[in-house]
Amino acid sequence: MTTAPTPVPTPAATDPGGGPGASRTASSPTPAGRVPAARRGLRGGTWLATVPLLAFFAIGFGLPAVAILTGAFTVSSDAETGGGDFTTANLTESVQGAYWTALLSSLKLSALTALIGTAVGVPIAQAVVTSRFRMLREAVLTASGVLANFGGLPLAFAFVATLGNAGELTELFHLTDHGWSLYSFTGLTVAYLYFLVPLMVLTITPALDGLRVQWREAAQNNRATTLQYWRHVALPILFPSLLGGYVLLFGSAFAAYATAAAMVGATVPLISRQIADALSGNVLVGQGNLALALSLDMIIVAILVMAVYLPLQRRSARWLS
Amino acid sequence: MAQLISRLRVWRGAVLLLAGVYFLVPMAASVWFSVNDVNGIDFDAYTGLLSAPGFTESLVLTLELAAVTVVVLLLLLVPAMIAVRLGSPRLRPVLEVVCALPLVVPPVALTAGLIGVLRWGPDHLMDTPFFQTMVFVQQPEFPLVLVIAYVLMSLPLAHRALDAGLRAVDVRTLVEAARNCGASWPRAVFSVILPNLRGALLNASFLTLALVLGEFTAASILGYQPFSVWIYSVGNSQGQMSVAVSVLSLLITWVLLLLLAAAGRERRTTAAS
Repeated sequence: MTTAPTPVPTPAATDPGGGPGASRTASSPTPAGRVPAARRGLRGGTWLATVPLLAFFAIGFGLPAVAILTGAFTVSSDAETGGGDFTTANLTESVQGAYWTALLSSLKLSALTALIGTAVGVPIAQAVVTSRFRMLREAVLTASGVLANFGGLPLAFAFVATLGNAGELTELFHLTDHGWSLYSFTGLTVAYLYFLVPLMVLTITPALDGLRVQWREAAQNNRATTLQYWRHVALPILFPSLLGGYVLLFGSAFAAYATAAAMVGATVPLISRQIADALSGNVLVGQGNLALALSLDMIIVAILVMAVYLPLQRRSARWLS
Repeated sequence: MAQLISRLRVWRGAVLLLAGVYFLVPMAASVWFSVNDVNGIDFDAYTGLLSAPGFTESLVLTLELAAVTVVVLLLLLVPAMIAVRLGSPRLRPVLEVVCALPLVVPPVALTAGLIGVLRWGPDHLMDTPFFQTMVFVQQPEFPLVLVIAYVLMSLPLAHRALDAGLRAVDVRTLVEAARNCGASWPRAVFSVILPNLRGALLNASFLTLALVLGEFTAASILGYQPFSVWIYSVGNSQGQMSVAVSVLSLLITWVLLLLLAAAGRERRTTAAS
């Protein structure tokens, strides 16, 4: 579209002091002193360009973070503003009774759906990667992109229409008579897989692409069976990517709110729903700080999960590039 | 060997077939559900949308929010990322952390934090000018607080998209070339760097747009009614219409991603030529 890239290599190559080395060292010879001036302007410009983002982040993200931390540790006092007393009561309450059940149920749902998502997504991705048809590959990857973004309300309504009490499949096969209910833990699992499996396909495809044919051939030449190849070569290399994908799925399922809210209501307790209820005062007035304590619980889980994910992502990049 | 290959093919076909059934059946059932009536097939759920109360207002609000979010996000992120590429590699880890941190905080928790901040308004800041700011960001006609939340939520996505674009072009060489040819700083950025980032910018914008269109958590808890919250309220009374909107939103996401893929392809071909 643009013609801008074309003339680029020429001036940089013919510039006497040019090249990447010159741009980094200030002492290199530069023509007519123009570049140092430019660089000085740039240094001021760097701040001018990054400060708005950092300031926005400090206010938009920093203040809520402070609010969560301080709120979680102060006395819940919505009625009179005598707050400010330090307490761990909110946090203690947030891991007890119904809240603890909700947290456990959220963890269980996320761990289970992420596990199934990984186990189902990898074979699909592998089938796509090894397929001879380019069209199939493109089609599956585009569809995965759409479906991975198809969380939230639309997903809930689509499943209610399909497998809900008056859903098409439910009526067609009389599923209710067989004990099926969409508004249960199982139902929620089936619905979550609808966006988690495509997410796994998208995540793992680059890693599967990175498995070299030569590795497989080398294994075969050494008389390894397919099973042995996967057990001793492919899976160890894929392991960081697999775990990374699992963590990503876990995080998505853990943070999800809309699907569960629209689909199952209160039948399956989830921590995200408990926070929303506490915030909107559905249960009791004056639970604002409890909601913040619950949020803190959620963030701690997410941080633990991320602490596993980020180093692994870097490690897998070493083999598969 | 031939036996192995044919066995592999059968296995592959079976996997893809099962996956296809699982993913297509709910869609087909949804479409059928939305047009199926006691008297046969009719498209009332789709045609009735435009006249449904609240449809237009909520859709307009969502589109406005999306537009403002995309503009604010790009204005904040693009200069910072270009500057870090050009000038100070030491700031790069800072930028990466800033753009990754929102991933750690689930939308519900972020919303809880925002509500915590907004509560400071009436609690502590009654007599200060900050109170007016608090009121300003919460006005129901255009809740700026949602824009703040959306920008934060889309930071990781947009950062990844723009980073991929910046990796593909040598920003430093481009700028030095332009500067040596006598271009001013704004000119170097606007007519050399940004055209090269067109695909990445579109990419980031589409991802943000998709996120804002589908976002429900923050909006519903904070008590505003953009499109997603409107769908929710419709779902309680008119099941068919909510399913119809779900089908439509799937189609919209599909179109957005196709546009995105097309934009990416265009970039690749220009880079190759």
